[in-house]
Amino acid sequence: MSELRHVGQAAPRPEGADKLAGRTRYIHDIKRPGMLYGKIKYAEHAHARILNVDTSKAERLPGVKAVLTAYDTPELRIGFLRDNFALKRDKVRQFRDEVAAVAAIDPDIARQAVELIEVEYEPLPGVFSVEEALADGAPLVHETDARGRPLTTNRLALEFSHDSGDVDAACSAAAHVVEREYTVPRVQQSCMGTAGCIAEFDGRGNLEMLVKTQIPFLAQRDYARALAALGLADKSVRVIVPALGGGFGTGLDTHVYEYIAILLAWRAGKPVKILFERDEEFAFLSPRQSAVTRIRQGCDAEGKLLFRHLEVSQDNGAYTSWGATFPSVMLMPATSLYRVPNVRFESRIVYTNNTYCQAMRGYGNPEVTLPIESSLDELAEAAGIDPLDMRRINTNRPGDVTPMGLKIGTCGLEECLDKTAGRIDWRAKHGRQRALKRGVGMASLIHVGGGGKIYRSDGSGIILKLDDYGTVNVNYGGVEMGQGLHAALTAMVAEALGVLPARVVINQTDTATCPWDVGTHASRGAFMAGNAAILASDKLRVQIFEWAERIYPVEVAKAIARAGAEGKAADVPTGFDFESVGRERFDLKDGWLFVRDAPDHPVFRISLGKLLRAAHFPPEGDPSTVFAAEAFYEPPTQLPDWKKGVGNMSANYTFGTQGVEVEVDVETGDVKILALAFALDVGRVLNPQTLAGQVYGGIAQGVGYALYEEVKTDRGRILNPNFTDYKIPSAADIDFPIELDFIETDDPSGPFGAKGVGEPGLVPTAPAIANAIYDAVGVRITDLPITPEKVLAALIEKQRPACPGAPTPQPLMRP
Amino acid sequence: MTIDNSMQISFELNGSMRRARVEPHERLIDLLRDVLGETGTKEGCGEGECGACTVLVEGRAVNSCLFPAPEVEGLRVVTIEGLCGEGLQLSPVQAAFLEGGATQCGFCTPGMVVSTVALLGENPAPSASDIRNALTGNLCRCTGYVQIVEAIQSAAAKLSAGGEA
Repeated sequence: MSELRHVGQAAPRPEGADKLAGRTRYIHDIKRPGMLYGKIKYAEHAHARILNVDTSKAERLPGVKAVLTAYDTPELRIGFLRDNFALKRDKVRQFRDEVAAVAAIDPDIARQAVELIEVEYEPLPGVFSVEEALADGAPLVHETDARGRPLTTNRLALEFSHDSGDVDAACSAAAHVVEREYTVPRVQQSCMGTAGCIAEFDGRGNLEMLVKTQIPFLAQRDYARALAALGLADKSVRVIVPALGGGFGTGLDTHVYEYIAILLAWRAGKPVKILFERDEEFAFLSPRQSAVTRIRQGCDAEGKLLFRHLEVSQDNGAYTSWGATFPSVMLMPATSLYRVPNVRFESRIVYTNNTYCQAMRGYGNPEVTLPIESSLDELAEAAGIDPLDMRRINTNRPGDVTPMGLKIGTCGLEECLDKTAGRIDWRAKHGRQRALKRGVGMASLIHVGGGGKIYRSDGSGIILKLDDYGTVNVNYGGVEMGQGLHAALTAMVAEALGVLPARVVINQTDTATCPWDVGTHASRGAFMAGNAAILASDKLRVQIFEWAERIYPVEVAKAIARAGAEGKAADVPTGFDFESVGRERFDLKDGWLFVRDAPDHPVFRISLGKLLRAAHFPPEGDPSTVFAAEAFYEPPTQLPDWKKGVGNMSANYTFGTQGVEVEVDVETGDVKILALAFALDVGRVLNPQTLAGQVYGGIAQGVGYALYEEVKTDRGRILNPNFTDYKIPSAADIDFPIELDFIETDDPSGPFGAKGVGEPGLVPTAPAIANAIYDAVGVRITDLPITPEKVLAALIEKQRPACPGAPTPQPLMRP
Repeated sequence: MTIDNSMQISFELNGSMRRARVEPHERLIDLLRDVLGETGTKEGCGEGECGACTVLVEGRAVNSCLFPAPEVEGLRVVTIEGLCGEGLQLSPVQAAFLEGGATQCGFCTPGMVVSTVALLGENPAPSASDIRNALTGNLCRCTGYVQIVEAIQSAAAKLSAGGEA
């Protein structure tokens, strides 16, 4: 595709200038006339029966306009399993349960009013780990399911499993087998812009929601259901998405606070804004799920993988979001990262009285890539094979169909392995720097690159509408949250249609103007938008060229006459029959309409704007026309059978390998990253600048996940709801060189060959670091984050003399 | 009965004299955003941990979420809006951020840019390490800081060739 003009250019993002100037409007910056401020009264126990809620003092506070409890509002059931309620009636199941809410004329009054609400509880025993939740006689978090049927266990009725080949026979036949358990913590997405919404009803009872979301159309459906519960089934819902201060998965569900804003706005008859402060974001917005994974893998004497068996236990918390379906994505690396013929995957998802969890970038993938890639290094050691060679022996290849049924089309994994190995000087360094306490490690990833079908539709619509001046207005229902969707889409529309990027304007995401889209998740934004844009551009070009067939002779004749009037008639080439050009001979590039085989002279090309304006005044007898096209792209994928764990969920798969060099301070346990390299099969680079930015950011999140991020809790209470106690990487922490290599495999399913790349950055970082630590000092840390305390404890443990026959010694220092 | 402790202050905001009545405990960020409508300055944490609310007071970078509004009496305050040139023109630091891909979701960006202007005022030719250390108080979740550091170095180079941040 050497003729690409805009795709592949490092153009600054189109919305960037406003962000730099402070002009961009986030939910934080928006006020509506008469707007009230909502605040929520949260539970004071992790598990308790509600005996009484007294709101009388709050109601008497001047400036309070509405006070709500479950007792005076219709029941709104929400969540993936509809096991959550906007306001809690009988009991609370987590510290962040919403018991009451107020709306007041300013945030301070709302805050005071919440403090005046008195709730009496009867505390109940709680369960705070998978083990506690599944113990005999454990208290039930939910006594019934959403339909009122009694529950007898805290285990959710969600099944994600896989069993292909004969894992047991392969295990017996394997020359080498390793097994170990790995733990990953709850982590906070930590968007710099906190969550918020404004709910507003108009005089007809229609709802307008300005909301920080990644799923405007699924949210519209959810809110419409809420309106139905309010007796407003015939009213419409419009969802408008302001600029997002980061998403990272937090917007994949509708949230309780949004429903409370709707209830308050309906009660008060005024717009109501609820905006989380940072401590609320930490304590009351769902983090990424924690998981414990037991993995067993085996290979033959030559290092060929024979089987893989994973058992995942996930602490769901008290309610169920889309994030509970992480195992749907875990199935992909479990079955399909490297060639492995026999795979068993078992998962259990369990209610506890911890905070309920939700999606975050990678959606289950990093949780199991840590065990898979750590275990692979262990297996390589057991087999006496270099970990790089182990990976090369088992690499996925184009044309593979994996046990899950994933059809691997293009696959740059082997090239990624080699690139990364070269960048970190693997052959010279691996196993050779222990005296320096330095080591290198690597880990790879597979991720969906062509959408991820975990819902009945994985489609996206787009509308392209041309104005009289050749500007393309793009109405697309996906969400720009910083990832660079608008930069990629601008280039793709310009390329596909034949206009300059400066003439592409992407409108605000709004359910009233944009066609349906399932949501911006699963690294699908640019892939889906691009494919839809190409379809719509093709339609629009047909419209333009049909019109050109009629108007081109008229406009060229005028141009020739003008040239004559200016005395330049002699410059106009003759012999070109411009009066009967068929539509198939036209082309459009950078906003100019021309005939492919016309002489190269200005009279023979027409600016798109001129062509479009002329359409209002067609030659006599011709109908006028408008220029707009819509298209809906649905990728050629399958919704997997989750119990069997089989189905080709994406139109293509993204592969990559990260390599890292670390130095471990054996006195303190500190891990210092010296260098990191990442080779990623992106299909096609749409914009090298925004692509690199997104990948760098993913790597930084991966470093945080690996080394320090953890939402700490004590019996369900979050202990570190701020950036001092919950550390995310600062500029000083990312002080090592990062080398990126983008491998272009030109995937036929992708727009211009591109694959989705939003999530991969953070997926392999933690296992690459864990493997490098092992190479440096010979200890394997199996639970994230890899804190200095854990490294030190493992080093001390390693130095204790082995005592044959004695029970496994415990570490001296407990992390 | 309630006692009115509020006071009248006047200060220079982005080149214009502004007057406002403020409470003793009022935060500068609320004065800027809620009273004066300058919403370019962002609140990311309200506790001085993230730096999204950074503004310049007499050329010094401060967290406006911790800075008492009455304290700006008679002082010169510059926010992200005040860094822009004539019309839509971006300042050299803003332009370097834009051209270098140093903004993503953009929420940390105003604070990051303002901190950069303060840094370059003190150290016109900072090393990558100087930049990283100077920005530890400005958190960003999107970028991994790589292109931010590069953009600041590029801005510094351009400014040393002549120009004002």
